[in-house]
Amino acid sequence: MTFFGLHFQDIVFYTLAAILLYAALRVITTRNPVYAALYLVLAFFTAAGVWLLLEAEFLAIALVLVYVGAVMVLFLFVVMMLDINLDKLREGFWNALPIALPVGGLMAVEMVLIVGVRNFGADKILAPPARAADYSNTAELGRVLYTDYLLPFELASVVLLVAIVAAIALTLRDRKESKSVDPSKQVLVKKTDRLRIIKMAAVVEKAEVSSGEAPTNSKEGQ
Amino acid sequence: MEWLANLFGSYWPAVQLTVWTLLKIVAIVAPLMGAIAYLTLAERKVIGYMQVRIGPNRVGYFGLLQPIADGLKLLFKEIVVPTASNKGLFLLAPVLAIAPAFAAWAVVPFDATLVLADVNAGLLYILAMTSVAVYGVIIAGWASNSKYAFLGAMRSAAQIVSYEIAMGFALVGVLMCANSLNLGQIVLGQAGGVQHWYFLPLFPLFIVYFISAVAETNRAPFDVAEGESEIVAGFHVEYSGMSFAVFFLAEYANMILVSMLAAIMFLGGWLAPFQFMNDIVVFGFRPLADGLPWLLGKVVFFLFFFLWFRATFPRYRYDQIMRLGWKVFIPITIVWIVFVGGMMQTPWAYLFH
Repeated sequence: MTFFGLHFQDIVFYTLAAILLYAALRVITTRNPVYAALYLVLAFFTAAGVWLLLEAEFLAIALVLVYVGAVMVLFLFVVMMLDINLDKLREGFWNALPIALPVGGLMAVEMVLIVGVRNFGADKILAPPARAADYSNTAELGRVLYTDYLLPFELASVVLLVAIVAAIALTLRDRKESKSVDPSKQVLVKKTDRLRIIKMAAVVEKAEVSSGEAPTNSKEGQ
Repeated sequence: MEWLANLFGSYWPAVQLTVWTLLKIVAIVAPLMGAIAYLTLAERKVIGYMQVRIGPNRVGYFGLLQPIADGLKLLFKEIVVPTASNKGLFLLAPVLAIAPAFAAWAVVPFDATLVLADVNAGLLYILAMTSVAVYGVIIAGWASNSKYAFLGAMRSAAQIVSYEIAMGFALVGVLMCANSLNLGQIVLGQAGGVQHWYFLPLFPLFIVYFISAVAETNRAPFDVAEGESEIVAGFHVEYSGMSFAVFFLAEYANMILVSMLAAIMFLGGWLAPFQFMNDIVVFGFRPLADGLPWLLGKVVFFLFFFLWFRATFPRYRYDQIMRLGWKVFIPITIVWIVFVGGMMQTPWAYLFH
């Protein structure tokens, strides 16, 4: 017996899917870019939930770890610093609409043709078989990645590395006006580099001796 | 019970599971809250004695009721919401700070069998949860609409993202040794006495992990996100009353969490340091056998370091924090992971398992 013909898992799925759709829609409709970024975070997080339902726990956790935990943080970082003038952004909206609308519509039609029920319907793509509780999706993925797909995997990582090096090489330049100091030199500074202690003989000024009442050491003897 | 089962129909097993899980969550969170409360007292006492003061000693015997008095005070204070702030996000931020700090405890094993969710990818889950925690700080800084808060949030975000990488690499070393992402399996991989604990073969990673953990939790000497002498109180400068207390709770919950993880991954978790301790019987009990007391003892050991650091080290400068994270810790971890990987191909591989 089920409520309205729904299993417990179905209810979880539809709830997550509804949140996901709403969040994804708000990403493009909300006016404030910080809100848009936060809705995107919510969308990623819910998508991770949907993947967990598919027993793809590695992908789900990697999505949260990489996209929510790192990429979106940096996104938010940048978006929060920008002072975006929303009115200026929307100025050309009506001028661009006659071109944008057919292009967007065409893209939507193409996507429906390819991703639609005809190719990816429930009868074409079968649900993955349920695994036993001790089945480790992570270990399985790792095994495939480092045996059958080792070469593509290594190639992809080399491409990423090249991209990192290129990005740093393009953006990192010494700015002449910058007065920053090299921290590695700073921490190596010793006391002797900055401070010189000189031994000097003490200079004692002669006390002026008055003629009449010179201090006597008469009491010393007692 | 019978009519409840009829009411829920086929959902009854799911409902039962949910209620049972909720009870277990309460059994973890309630003692955790107590531990947080008394960690604040311990901090004030320890730092007090290190600075030749007495610390709080007015409320209750030896100041033992001080955390309760503090909690009540914060509960009854007004929550001031700044006029120009973003009200919804302003109130959401403390929730986002504390939720991951508690959620991560789901996979932490307290004993060979005492764990809420014994999942295979436990270590990944912990990493994911700790990386989400930064949102509370960022959103708090932005929603406050204050320059000091915003500067604090920026500093904190950069710091947490940087040190997460070193921390993640340190954990990679652990999973190479343990051959598992499950925290329980990691502890069992260290069975057989102190010479099998992972802090020996992974000593550089252990040090890097613990220092990164201090930076991740925004504690002194890496507390530039708060930096009261520079930016007042950083991201929570506009918060008051309970909304401030929630940030406070999250910080201490994170401290306990990272100490717990350090104990589990490098100091053998609940295992006793020597095998013969399992055989000592006193009045029918085995007081020194493997179990929760050992785990808690190790956690307290790490927590003491947090307090000690705070009492003794001056705050790092921001650029030096970044240099330490990117140019010192990440290279150390990468080199040591390659070294461990190489050693595993040699006859000395048994030292690294």
